[in-house]
Amino acid sequence: MPDSPVMVITGTSKGIVKYLVGYYTDKGYRVAGCSRGETDYKIDNYRHFCLDVSSEDDVKKMFSAIRRDFGRLDALINNAGVASMNHSLLTPMSSVDKIFKTNLYGTFLFCREAARLMQTNKFGRIVNFATVATPLKLEGEALYASSKAAVVSLTEILARELADFGITVNAVGPTPVKTDLIKSVPVEKMDSLINRQAIRRYGEFRDISNAIDFFIQPESDFITGQVIYLGGV
Amino acid sequence: MSDNEIILKALYDAVEQVNIDLPADQKLAKSPVTVLFGPGSSLDSLGLVNLIVAAEQKIDENMSVAISIADERAMSQKNSPFRTIQTLADYIDILVQEKTNA
Ligand SMILES: NC(=O)c1ccc[n+]([C@@H]2O[C@H](COP(=O)([O-])OP(=O)(O)OC[C@H]3O[C@@H](n4cnc5c(N)ncnc54)[C@H](OP(=O)(O)O)[C@@H]3O)[C@@H](O)[C@H]2O)c1
Repeated sequence: MPDSPVMVITGTSKGIVKYLVGYYTDKGYRVAGCSRGETDYKIDNYRHFCLDVSSEDDVKKMFSAIRRDFGRLDALINNAGVASMNHSLLTPMSSVDKIFKTNLYGTFLFCREAARLMQTNKFGRIVNFATVATPLKLEGEALYASSKAAVVSLTEILARELADFGITVNAVGPTPVKTDLIKSVPVEKMDSLINRQAIRRYGEFRDISNAIDFFIQPESDFITGQVIYLGGV
Repeated sequence: MSDNEIILKALYDAVEQVNIDLPADQKLAKSPVTVLFGPGSSLDSLGLVNLIVAAEQKIDENMSVAISIADERAMSQKNSPFRTIQTLADYIDILVQEKTNA
């Protein structure tokens, strides 16, 4: 399908995205994805790149390959992210470094490289990942929430810088979804967090794909710089 | 072709690409003396961004080297490397050499 749309998704080895890769290839996208590790699945029309999202050289190589082999890019889903639940007094600089490199530097790098490719067609859709931990000001997540606050700021400003290129930039802010990311968080903590949502349940993968679908559909060309927090947060 | 010729050719390809979106009276000439930045340039800041992005892509395609032209060094030079196509080609030549010798 040489003319079918192309999507890049980051952080594809597990979690939310494993579902997203199947969902968007089923919808007719050719998907290129990445994570540090290999994927434990094989899906037609999915191509995997093993890399760290904060490595500039590797990310540039990935985009050179996409330009060469696919020749276009329609959508970027910046999902790769790491969290760390810890009191700030006990947080080592090594986790600060890891969180910001993955969540902020990685998101920026992919936005930059993707926009360069998208602008040749004057069309592009970028969806970044925020979190409800930011507006809920969750204790124990100071660094994670602030890295995602930075992602929100990045989203809002890139929306303006990239508007003239026909590229929209938005973000989805999921509530807790049962993945490895939150498996170490105590159940009581999760319950009290979910009680602060307007709609009190865990998020499902389909809640996230629904928000992404809205942002990337062609009709959403007047929607940019927005963050949709799920669950009514 | 020498590296400098390949780079100039890549820059002309980039010029062709940005010219598509420029009105007839603002199209850039494919010549080393064409002014890109500052007085006498027909590019606005977005046009210059487009040209630099296109130039990086063409260099990558034609020479298989990924360079970042607009780094801090480029911004802090006394004589801007973005002044003309020739000054830009000379600056890219340095970047390419550094990358390939690294
Ligand atoms: N789950 C939740 O409750 C929740 C809530 C709010 C927001 N979110 C956001 O949703 C996104 C996905 O979360 P998730 O729950 O699916 O997480 P997850 O299960 O931990 O998966 C994260 C994915 O990102 C990849 N990754 C992590 N660091 C990377 C790096 N430096 N370079 C490349 N890939 C990297 C991981 O693969 P490798 O380890 O192989 O690299 C993995 O595939 C994140 O941005 C997260 O902040 C999640």
